[in-house]
Amino acid sequence: MKAAPFAYVRPTRLEDAVNELAGSDGGGKVLAGGQSLVPVLAMRLARPEKLVDITTVEGLDQLRSTGDSLEVAAMVRQRRVEHDRATDSVPLLRMALPWVGHRELRSRGTVCGSLAHADPAAEIPAVAACLNARITLTSPRGTRQVPAREFFTGAMTTALGSEDILTAIRFPVATDGEGFGFAEIARRHGDFALAGVAVRVAVSGERVREATLTAFGVSDRPVTRDVSTELASAVSASGQDGVRLAARLPEPLADIAQGMVDTDGDAHGSRDYRRRLFVTLSGRELAKAHDRALRGINGDNP
Amino acid sequence: MNTVTDPSEPPTGDGGGRGQRSTARVEDPALLCGRGRFLDDLDPLPGTLTAAIVRSPHPHARLRSVHLERARAHPGVAAVIGPEEVTAALHPFPLSLKTPMPYYPTATDKTRFVGEPVAVVVASDRYVAEDAAELVEVDYEPLPAVVDTDKALDPGAPKLHEQAEGNVATDRTFHFGPVDETFDRADRVVTAEYEFPRYSSTPMECYSVVAEWHDEVDGPAITAWANFHGPFSMVPVLAGALGVPTSRVRLHVPADNGGSFGIKAGIYPYVALLALASRHAGRPVRWTEDRIEHLLASSAGSDRSMRFEAAVSDDGRIEALRADLVDNVGAYLRPPEPSTLYRCFGNITGAYRIGAVQIRSRAVVSNKTPTGLNRGFGGQQLYFGLERLIDTIAHARGIDAAELRRRNFVQADEFPYSTPTGGIYDSGDYPQAFEKVLENADYTALRQRQREARERGEYFGIGMASVVDPSATNIGYVGLATPAENRPPGRGKSGSTEHVRVSVDLNGVVSVLLGTVPQGQGHATVAQQIVAEQLGLQRDQVRPVVEMDTATTPWTVSSGSYSSRFAPLLTSALVEAAERLAVTVRLAGATMLDADPEELELADGRVRVRDDPERAVAFRHAAGLVHWDPGSLPEGASARLYEEAAFTPPESKAANQNDQINSSLCYGFVAELVVCRIEPDTREITLEHVSTVHDPGTILNETLLEGQIHGALAHAIGGALYEEMRYSESGQPTSATFMDYLCPTAAETTYALDSDHVQTPSPVTRLGAKGSGEGSSMSLPVAIANAVSDALAPHGIEITSLPLHGNVIHQLLTEEIPATEGIH
Repeated sequence: MKAAPFAYVRPTRLEDAVNELAGSDGGGKVLAGGQSLVPVLAMRLARPEKLVDITTVEGLDQLRSTGDSLEVAAMVRQRRVEHDRATDSVPLLRMALPWVGHRELRSRGTVCGSLAHADPAAEIPAVAACLNARITLTSPRGTRQVPAREFFTGAMTTALGSEDILTAIRFPVATDGEGFGFAEIARRHGDFALAGVAVRVAVSGERVREATLTAFGVSDRPVTRDVSTELASAVSASGQDGVRLAARLPEPLADIAQGMVDTDGDAHGSRDYRRRLFVTLSGRELAKAHDRALRGINGDNP
Repeated sequence: MNTVTDPSEPPTGDGGGRGQRSTARVEDPALLCGRGRFLDDLDPLPGTLTAAIVRSPHPHARLRSVHLERARAHPGVAAVIGPEEVTAALHPFPLSLKTPMPYYPTATDKTRFVGEPVAVVVASDRYVAEDAAELVEVDYEPLPAVVDTDKALDPGAPKLHEQAEGNVATDRTFHFGPVDETFDRADRVVTAEYEFPRYSSTPMECYSVVAEWHDEVDGPAITAWANFHGPFSMVPVLAGALGVPTSRVRLHVPADNGGSFGIKAGIYPYVALLALASRHAGRPVRWTEDRIEHLLASSAGSDRSMRFEAAVSDDGRIEALRADLVDNVGAYLRPPEPSTLYRCFGNITGAYRIGAVQIRSRAVVSNKTPTGLNRGFGGQQLYFGLERLIDTIAHARGIDAAELRRRNFVQADEFPYSTPTGGIYDSGDYPQAFEKVLENADYTALRQRQREARERGEYFGIGMASVVDPSATNIGYVGLATPAENRPPGRGKSGSTEHVRVSVDLNGVVSVLLGTVPQGQGHATVAQQIVAEQLGLQRDQVRPVVEMDTATTPWTVSSGSYSSRFAPLLTSALVEAAERLAVTVRLAGATMLDADPEELELADGRVRVRDDPERAVAFRHAAGLVHWDPGSLPEGASARLYEEAAFTPPESKAANQNDQINSSLCYGFVAELVVCRIEPDTREITLEHVSTVHDPGTILNETLLEGQIHGALAHAIGGALYEEMRYSESGQPTSATFMDYLCPTAAETTYALDSDHVQTPSPVTRLGAKGSGEGSSMSLPVAIANAVSDALAPHGIEITSLPLHGNVIHQLLTEEIPATEGIH
């Protein structure tokens, strides 16, 4: 478990980092927190010619609110986001972060690194997709923004080009009338999920305005569905009663599961079992998110 | 916890009282401060090079050619060896059986499992070695593979070893007592089939070897360091492959070994391989196994397919048993296999009075990694069958599972109890321990809670296991794989001896040389405590030294840290050695006090007159006299202040001509009860409560006992709920990283536990102690299976294999419950 030879650069300016990556003719790889890349290198499953270490690039350690969004730059570690007060403005992100690996991994791992790695069972990509956060890519030709739902194109595959550095992500800040939910089931605490859901519900008064459901661990990428209709009809049938709502949701969700959960499954979870987990979790979290939206509370999971 | 003592309590230092028996471990400060010295921290031979191993990506393939030239030409490479060098210099490892399944440390003609070594590259460092390893060109001709036990048994299955008749490496059937007659007249026959999975213990430190080959005028000699812990019966196996007597292999084991639980017994083939690599490199060679290599190709407990039949009376008494056991030992019959089949031979009837037994024992080879020792060795496999069977019988007869056990237990007044297979259970009180676990768990109330939970449609299960916990293996059981008529007289094998050296220095400080090769169990702590107690000293006047150097440390073929040998055997040897030292110290004291040595005792750090304790001299002065002034001793006295002892229990005899054997010296007992719930929607299993009662004979140190119990329980939870070495049908491992091979962490091993003990001292060890490091590794997997089975019983579901988790429960329930019931 020793990496094959590679060249290593550690620029301090973004412009240099971009040029180093672009100058490697597709043989370069960006190193940030290293929690996924380094084991892959050690197992010689990846053999980049050049590693562009961005840990010392000026300006990439910013975590800041910009009015309607929370911007997390490329070198911001997950654990910092988990504990920074600024994250209060994006409750779904706060709910999801404790589920990312273990504390030790979050101390090194970055939010943007998780997005670039794009494991289909990872939490942060699901949060980004659910909120349709905007991802900033920087190349020698400048920067561009890609909506998260378009960013993930397959298993461990994204819209990142060989000359792109994922420099930041902007999560939309929650507004009044929004409620969120997040849950996952894994064999062990800290493992990638067998199935997980990120949920956003928006209400106007008592009316369901919008409901978004993102599932992860169940397909080759995070999958997002608008479930406004399903939630609205379940709400009206259950007469605003949370317990009855949770009991009503599984039926429409079971139909949705047929389409959203398309993984082949493995020894840890068959496709059918993952569908069951998806239905269970999304029913519970939709009901919770709806309740939170109505009550204007988005604290930790009760 | 009922009996745990706070390990942070300061030692009372009362020079021998019970207060010492729950002290913190003397090993821990160094380990906790990062000052442990494991083999990778040591540089015992200057100029050592580093090796990387080229391994087969195929489960079964003929080696058409192996080209090493490009790798040899790589800058920084000192040597590259492959099958040609191996077969030129080494013999196949001598097997426990005559079965023609030659086993070398690399593939020679074919590769037989994914991860099997094919070549070794020796270079300046591991990076260069791995770079060059990629330049080794192997032309493989893939062959059909077989991994499934039943399929491997099929005469038409791909054959692993051409010279053998098939894949069955051993097939023996044993009869004890009137088996057929009892079955013929039985009220009822209950039959069941079970599968036990293959899993490991995943020690934190993987295999590590430093080896050097010397060509001396009278033949080769090997010096090696390895984190090997025994059984030292593997030393002659290693020497056999090298073609030298055991004294020409000098093996050192570092004092710190980062866990093994039996798994590191599989390291010895690498010692031979790295020694040979060193011969070609002309320098000593180091190899440190990485985690990928470890999960792919080190070792695991064997997977077992088993079928049981029980002849049962109407009132639930088991009168006879038939067991058909098939162990899947992987690609080779790597010694000490097929011992998984025989380790529990003497206790194959468990805690029950069963008069007649038939056993068919088979080991079959397949395209998986070879198996070996794993904490509980053979016990978790056996008891998974036996204790599931007990519950199946209880269910079939409509008798409560606890009541059925009561009706079949060996009773307290029957010890020593002879089992039909030759076991001599030394001591015990199974009903007492079992009632204690039921009482601690409040069994009656639990059944009531279960009735209520079931009325609410919940899954609530109660499972138990009551197992005999064998310790201090009698290596004679290895002989059983060979039919009695082929076991030549005068060439028998037996014994579970243990050796120790104790000495007293010029200041009266006692050194204890421990060649027990611990892997973290705390041997030094207990050795210090026991010698201090025996000699009436403060603990800090005893200095335990952990060292194994086969050239200087006392050892023999049965040595090593395995089968929970320390508590029953080593402590007995310590008592014997301390008693002999005490004679000399008393003699010196008698000289100083002008008293009769027979009147004297050792206590409070002094040699004193028993009936007049004020007449005393310090232990250190008496010891000092022996060193400084031996001329003052009575004429003919020996000024000897070092003693070696070899505790040699006469109860460990070779197998007799009827194939009976007392396969262990001691037999402890574990009663366990598990309460579990299954979440109806996610179908996840939760352990709500575990109650355990151990009878380890005399408890030597309660803190260490609890530590062993916690560890064994965690190991068992891994096997029952998380871990499995899986293979695809084509023979590729599918759990070869920690992403897929799931070891329970602190988060998964946090559950409500009460642990309690009874003590029935062993009459065959000096302190009455038995081993207790493996009991719950044997009992908890099946107790969990029994609990889950009980939770699902209303749906007619029986658990017949492990591991159990949401996906498995989902599959079982989906097959049973109509889809309309769907999701709650």
